[in-house]
Amino acid sequence: MNNAFKYLSLVSFLLLASQAPYLQAQEAAAQQDEIPQEDEIPADEVESNEATQAPSSSDMSTTVPAYPELLPVFRQFGEEAGLVKLMDVFMDKLLADSRMRPFFENADQARVKKHLVEQFCVILGGPCKYSGRDMKSSHTALGIDRANFNALVEDLQWAMNKQGIPFRAQNKLLAKLAPMHREIETK
Amino acid sequence: MSVKEIKRKALCLLLISLASNANAADQEDNDYDNGGKLLLTGGVTQLEGAAGGGLTPWAVIGGYGTDDEIGANAFYTRVNTGAYHLDDAGVMIGIYNRVELSFAQQRFNTEQVGGLLGLGDGFAFQQNVIGVKVRVAGDLVVNSDSWMPQISVGVQHKKNNQPAVLAFVGAKDDSGTDYYVTATKLFLADGLLINGTLRFTKANQIGILGFGGDKNDSYKPQLEISAAYLLNQKWAVGAEYRMKPDNLGIAREDNWFDAFVAYAPNKHVSFTVAYADLGNIVIKDNQRGVYASVQVGF
Repeated sequence: MNNAFKYLSLVSFLLLASQAPYLQAQEAAAQQDEIPQEDEIPADEVESNEATQAPSSSDMSTTVPAYPELLPVFRQFGEEAGLVKLMDVFMDKLLADSRMRPFFENADQARVKKHLVEQFCVILGGPCKYSGRDMKSSHTALGIDRANFNALVEDLQWAMNKQGIPFRAQNKLLAKLAPMHREIETK
Repeated sequence: MSVKEIKRKALCLLLISLASNANAADQEDNDYDNGGKLLLTGGVTQLEGAAGGGLTPWAVIGGYGTDDEIGANAFYTRVNTGAYHLDDAGVMIGIYNRVELSFAQQRFNTEQVGGLLGLGDGFAFQQNVIGVKVRVAGDLVVNSDSWMPQISVGVQHKKNNQPAVLAFVGAKDDSGTDYYVTATKLFLADGLLINGTLRFTKANQIGILGFGGDKNDSYKPQLEISAAYLLNQKWAVGAEYRMKPDNLGIAREDNWFDAFVAYAPNKHVSFTVAYADLGNIVIKDNQRGVYASVQVGF
């Protein structure tokens, strides 16, 4: 009797709380109209750190693990075209974020976006090839700490929310990206 | 009572100002300099002042600070169980995502029961809790490719202000220290957080009724478990279970249970509402009711 009551109450709480995502979705939809659609950032304005060191082609494809089981998530991201749009929003957000701007304002943004699309695509089991450098060598010079890493995750979450990517799908991707902190953080 | 009214009004004002503040920050959504941790990953504040769920400490270090940052927050919690109510407030500081220092003051009001027991209506036990928690291993968020949880150890030293009454009910001491080890794992891909805490304690009703008793006066390990499910970045729901010792012959002590909803519109504020079942407390059975908590971060 007592236990039944407890579980009943739990269920009713879950039901109550399940309305939350709808509120969130409405909020997101309301914000959707407010995003300034900035022009595409000129591709080759600034040479990035990345470009100064030519990637050696031998270790490329081995650096990004693929998870074919995440193919349904890849579809939820809108496949490659969806990832391209996501990176446009993401990069705009990174440049608008005072914590992140220093890391990206002087980079070849088009190139970074291209590599991110390829990387996410490969991780999510999509039919792409990653042409960028491995995570460690492309980040060592940047002096990234945990706060920086988390700030980037926040901006990515923001961009994914803006693109209407379901929270579950976001977390499936983030769970694969988060362990990369070991290669990315140097402080 | 006028003092009570003033308190209530102050709380209302606080809540209103928080709510409006929260809305403003929500619209901006560009809150860049308030700590490097991700939203809700610092947990909320539990009854004794540690970062965690509502009833049990978690391995998380409170506040949104990361390795080189300091975060602090304050909380107020109110629990109405029918025959009693609890006012609980405190402050906490999280240092470098490594050490958490906390202070909480609990005021447990016996309402009419106080009168029935000859203590007078509205008789209150007051307890101060000083807490220290240290993260010893793991990281809640980023190790999503392993089973390794975040693990912390902690101490909560408690001092009750009613030694004479506590001695009368059979408690052996008016102060005591709880020791605990806690492990928290976030299954990021599934948005599921699981926590287990093992607490060594002699506290009766977390110390509100003193420490040790005629039935038992030794440390007993007690398991506390929590599960939370993230609905999105700002909302979580979950449930907790806290085992408690049963040291006093005068009254049975039950394990506690709650089911909660937590909402963090931004890194400055979070709200938690729970249904709590606190079982028998002294002469009153089935003490169930609403747990409401607000936390503000700096």
